Amino acid sequence: MENLLSIITFVPLVAATILALVQHGQSEAADRNARWFALITTIVTFLISLFLLVGFDRTNPDFQFVEEYHWILGMKYKVGVDGISVLFVVLITFLMPITVGAAWIENRRVKEYMVTFLILEGLMIGVFTALDMVLFYLFFEASLIPMFLVIGIWGGRQRIYATFKFFLYTFFGSVVMLVAMIAMFVQTGTTDITELMQYTFPTETMTVLGISIPGGMQTLLFLAFFVSFAVKVPMWPVHTWLPDAHVQAPTAGSVDLAAILLKMGGYGFLRFSLPMFPAGASIMADFIMTLSVIAIIWTSLVALMQTDMKRLIAYSSVAHMGFVTIGIFAVNQQGIDGAMFQMLSHGVVSSALFLSVGVLYERLHTREIAAYGGIMKRMPAYAMIFMFFTMANIGLPGTSGFIGEFLAITGAFQAHSTIGFFAATGVILSAAYGLWLYRRIFMGPLVKESLKGLKDLDLREKLMLIPLVVLIVALGVYPPFITDIVGPTVVRLVQNYDAAIAVFTAGQ
Amino acid sequence: METIILLAPLFGAVVAGFGWRLIGEKGALALTTGLLFLSCLLSWIVFFGFDGTTRHVTLMRFLESGTLDVTWGLRLDRLTAIMLIVVTTVSALVHLYSWGYMADDPEFDADEPYKARFFAYLSFFTFTMLALVTADNLLQMFFGWEGVGLASYLLIGFYFKRPSAGAAAIKAFVMNRVGDFGFLMAMFGLFYLAGSLDFDTIFAQAPEIAQTTVAFLWRDWNAAEIVCFFLFVGAMGKSAQLFLHTWLPDAMEGPTPVSALIHAATMVTAGVFLLARMSPLFEYATEVKHFVVFIGATTAFFAATVGLVQNDIKRVIAYSTCSQLGYMFVAAGVGLYPVAMFHLFTHAFFKAMLFLGAGSVITAMHHEQDMRNYGGLRAKIPLTFWAMLIGTLAITGVGIPLTHIGFAGFLSKDAVIEGAWGAGAGYAYWMLIISAVFTAFYSWRLMFLTFWGAPRGDHHAHDHAHESPMVMLIPLGVLALGAVFAGMIWYNSFFGSEAGIASFFATESGAVSPALDHEVLEAAHHTPLLVTASPFIAMLVGFGTAWLFYIRDTGLPARMAARFGLLYRFLLNKWYFDEIYDLLFVRTTKGLGNFLWKKGDVKIIDGTVNGVALGIVPMLARLAGRMQSGYLFHYAFAMVIGLVVLMFWVVLAGGSQ
Repeated sequence: MENLLSIITFVPLVAATILALVQHGQSEAADRNARWFALITTIVTFLISLFLLVGFDRTNPDFQFVEEYHWILGMKYKVGVDGISVLFVVLITFLMPITVGAAWIENRRVKEYMVTFLILEGLMIGVFTALDMVLFYLFFEASLIPMFLVIGIWGGRQRIYATFKFFLYTFFGSVVMLVAMIAMFVQTGTTDITELMQYTFPTETMTVLGISIPGGMQTLLFLAFFVSFAVKVPMWPVHTWLPDAHVQAPTAGSVDLAAILLKMGGYGFLRFSLPMFPAGASIMADFIMTLSVIAIIWTSLVALMQTDMKRLIAYSSVAHMGFVTIGIFAVNQQGIDGAMFQMLSHGVVSSALFLSVGVLYERLHTREIAAYGGIMKRMPAYAMIFMFFTMANIGLPGTSGFIGEFLAITGAFQAHSTIGFFAATGVILSAAYGLWLYRRIFMGPLVKESLKGLKDLDLREKLMLIPLVVLIVALGVYPPFITDIVGPTVVRLVQNYDAAIAVFTAGQ
Repeated sequence: METIILLAPLFGAVVAGFGWRLIGEKGALALTTGLLFLSCLLSWIVFFGFDGTTRHVTLMRFLESGTLDVTWGLRLDRLTAIMLIVVTTVSALVHLYSWGYMADDPEFDADEPYKARFFAYLSFFTFTMLALVTADNLLQMFFGWEGVGLASYLLIGFYFKRPSAGAAAIKAFVMNRVGDFGFLMAMFGLFYLAGSLDFDTIFAQAPEIAQTTVAFLWRDWNAAEIVCFFLFVGAMGKSAQLFLHTWLPDAMEGPTPVSALIHAATMVTAGVFLLARMSPLFEYATEVKHFVVFIGATTAFFAATVGLVQNDIKRVIAYSTCSQLGYMFVAAGVGLYPVAMFHLFTHAFFKAMLFLGAGSVITAMHHEQDMRNYGGLRAKIPLTFWAMLIGTLAITGVGIPLTHIGFAGFLSKDAVIEGAWGAGAGYAYWMLIISAVFTAFYSWRLMFLTFWGAPRGDHHAHDHAHESPMVMLIPLGVLALGAVFAGMIWYNSFFGSEAGIASFFATESGAVSPALDHEVLEAAHHTPLLVTASPFIAMLVGFGTAWLFYIRDTGLPARMAARFGLLYRFLLNKWYFDEIYDLLFVRTTKGLGNFLWKKGDVKIIDGTVNGVALGIVPMLARLAGRMQSGYLFHYAFAMVIGLVVLMFWVVLAGGSQ
C-alpha cells in the first residue's frame, strides 16, 4: 500500500490513455463503451481511495502515505497527504463517478469527453497530493487545460468568451506565482514543500521602488501566491470570470469547477501561504478578511437579481467561498476547521445544485428562471430534493452547509468581531436569494404550456443526487467525520503560525 | 423515555415523507398520529414525574473544534417539561384534527397526493420544536430554532399554487433569519466570553460576563447587555414582536391546523421560552429587560389595534396571537419568567382552540374566511360555537374578580398585568390594560359577526353549512378542558406563591433564574384593589362596546369607519408596515443588487479587466498566430515557457537535493 497515492492518481490517467488509444469509431456502441469504461474507472478509483481513509492515522498531524522518487532533471516526484489534503482526494474520487453520470447524456465526441474527465481527475488529485513545489505547479496549471477543453468544446453558445476570460485571469495569477516559486528556490535551494514549511523566509522590511514593505520578502511572496490563489477561490474583485465560466460550462464541467477547482485556492492558502509566509499573512489578514466580507455581501446581493439560474448559483458560490477565506485568515482553530468544512461541504452542495439545474436544462434547454414556475406539481420528487439542497446552501443547521459557515464565522468573530458581524449578514441574504429562486421555479400556478409535459427525476438522476443528500445530512449531523481528520493538522498549523508571529513581532 | 419523545415524531416524519407509497396514505396518517400520541403520553408522564433535579442525557458527539465542544443531548428540567406537554399535546390534537380538515382539500387535484406530505411536515415540525425545547446547549437549540423555521416555511407554502402562499413563506423565513442573525451573534459572543455554548457553563459564568466590557462595532458595551440584546433580537423574529412581526399575519396562508400548531401555540412562543431558558443571564441585563418590556407592551398594543378592524377570521386571531405574545414578553422583561411561562401555557390551549374552531367554521362555510360573509351560524354549527365561546371567555379573561376562579386567560393574563404593575412598569401596565379592552372587543366582534345576526354573503354556503366530523370536534373538546381549567390548576405553581414557584420550577437547579425577583412578585401579589380588578373592567368595556357595535346598532361600525376614515385605513393597513418595509428594504436591496451587478461587476470590474486585456491580448494573439482555438494555445504556450524557465533555474542551481 505504499504506492496508494500514486495508484489513485494514475489509475484515471492510465485509463484515459487506454481509452484514447484503444477505442475507435463514432458508433453508438463505441460511445456506450466509453461511458461505461469511464464510470467503472472512476468508481474503482473511489473504492481504492477509501483505503486512504481507512489507513489514515487521525492522530498524526504529519504527512502520510509519502512517496518520494527522483525524476527528470534532478527534480523530485514527492507526494503525501495530511489532514488538510486527504479529504480533498476523497472528495474528488467521490464526485467523479457523479460527474461521469452527469456527462452521460452528451452525444458529441463522447470518447474525447470521457478521456478529458479522466485526465482531469488524475491531475486534480495530483494538485492535492504533490509535496514538491514544481510538481504542484505542474498539476495546478495542467489541471486547467482539461477544464478549458470541457468548456471550450462542450460548452454553451458563448463558450469562447468564457474560456478566454477564465484563461486571462488564471494565466495572470500563475505567472506571478511562478516568479515567486523561482525566488523561493533561489533562496532555499529546495523545492520540497515539507522543507519549505520548516524554512523561515526573511521578514526584514524591504524598500522596493521607494515603497517600504513590512514583512519584506515574506510579504512579497505572500502577495505573489495570493494573486494566484485569490483568482482561483475566486475572491472579490477577481470573481467575475466564474459566473461566465459556469454559465457556459456543461453540467459535468460545472460540477468539477465548483466542487474542486475552486478549492485549489483555499488549499493553496493552507499549504503555502500560512505555513510558509506567516508574517506576510498576518500583515495582510485584515485586508483579506475585509475583501471576503465584501464578497459575501456584494455577490449575495448580485445573486438576488440574477435571471439565469446557473449564474445565480455561481454567484452564490463566490459568496460561500467568502466564508472560506475569512475562516482561513482568522488563523484560529475554529476558523480553519470551518474553512476546511466549508470547502468540502460546498464541494458537495454546489455540485448538487449544478446537477439539479442540469436536470431542468436537459428537459427544456433554458436556464432562464422566468421560463419556469409551478413545476412542483409535475416534479414533486425533484422539488423536494431541490428544496433540500437549497436549505443546505443557505446553511440550515442539520446540513453540512451550516457547520462550515458557523465555524468559519465563529473563528472570524474571535479574531475580529466586526468582520464576524458583517459576514453573518450573509445568512439573511442567502435565504433571500435561495428561496426566491425556489419560489420562481417551483411554486405558483403551472401555466406555461412547455412545462406541462415535464417528467420527474429518472433513475440516473436519482442515483447521482441521493448520495449527495446522504452525505450532506451525515456531515451536518455528525461533523466529527471531518473535524477528527482535519483537526490535528490544523492544531499544528495554528501553533506554528502563532509561534512564527510571536518571533516576528518580537523582532520588530 | 425522553429520547423516544424526541425521536418518535422524526421517525414518523421520515417514514411518512419518503415511504408513504409503501404503507399507503392512510398508513402514513395513522403512523404519524399514533407516534405523536405516544410522545404526548410519555411527555405527561415526564411532566408529572419530574422530581426537581435537572437531568442531562448525552446522545452523540456533535461539533468539536478546538475549545468549542458541543454534543447532541437532552436537558430535562421543569421548563423543558412544560414545553414538552404543550408541544406534544397540541401537536397530537392537531394531527388528529387534520384527518378531518385535510380530508379533501380543493387546492389539490384528485391525482395529487398531498396528505402524507402534510402529516410528514407536521411531524417534522414537532421533532424540531422538541429539539429546540430539550436542547442542552445553544447550538442544538439553534438547530431546532431554524428547523421550526423550515417546517413553518414548508407549511405556509403548502398551497404552493397560490402566489400569496409562496410570498408569505419566503417572508416568514427571511424575517426569521433576521432574528436568527441575532441568535448567531449571541452565540459567537457567548463562545468568545464563556468559551462554551453549554447552558450550565454559561449560567455559571453569568456574573463574570456581567462584569465584562467588550468592544464591538466601534464602541464598548457591557457583555451581558449586548449578548442578551442579540438573543432578544432572535426572540423577536421567532415570536413576531414589533418590527419583526409582519410575517405572522401572512403566515395564515398555511392550512388552519398549521396556524393553530405553529403560529399560535408552539413555534411563536419559542422566543419567550428562549428568554426563560436564558434567564440566569438575562437577570444581569437590566437595560435589555427594559427594552423587552417596552417592545412587548408596544407589540401587545399595536397588534390589538390592528386586530380591531380585520375581516379575515384567521387574521384577527393571528393579530391576537401577536398581541398575547407581547404580554408574555412583558412578564419575562420584568423578571417574572414563571408568569411568562404561565401565559404561554394557558395561551397554547385557548389559542389553539380558537384556531381549530375557526378552521371548523371555515370548513363549514366552504373555505370562506371573510367574516362579513358569516352570521347566524350558532344554530348550524352548535358544537363549534360552544368551543369558540369557551375560547373567547378564556382569552378575554372571564372569571370571578378578586378570586382565583376563572378561565385560563383570566388567571394568567391578570398575573402578567399585576406583574407589570408590581415592577413599576407604568407604560407597560397601561398598554396592557388598553390592549385588554381591545382584546375583548375584537374577540367578541369575531363571535358576534360569525355566530349572531342574520346570514350574510353567499346563501348557498349558508344553506350547506354543516357541523364538522368527530375527529375535528374531539380535539376542540380536549383543548376546551385546558382553556377552562389550566389556569386554576396551576395558578400556584406559576404565580400564586413564592414557595409554590420554587418547588415547581426547582429554581435552585436553574430551570429559571434562581434570582427570581422577590420584590416584583411580592408587589404583584399586593396590588391595589383597582389594579387587581382593572383587567376585568377592561374586559367588560371591550365586551360592551362590541355588543353595542355588532348586536345593538349594526350600522355603527360603518359610520365610525367613515367618520374616522384616516384612522380606520391606518389600522386596516396594519400601520403601513408592509408598505414601508417594501420601500425601505425590498426595493433598496434589489436596487443595490442590480447596481452592484450591472455597474460594479459588468462595468467597473469587467470593464477594467477587458481594457487591460485589450492591450495585452493582441500582442499574444500575434505571437500565437491566428489559430481557431488560439486561447488554448496561449495558455499552453505560456505554461511551457513557465516550465522551461523553472527547469532552467533548477538545472543551473544543480538540482533540488
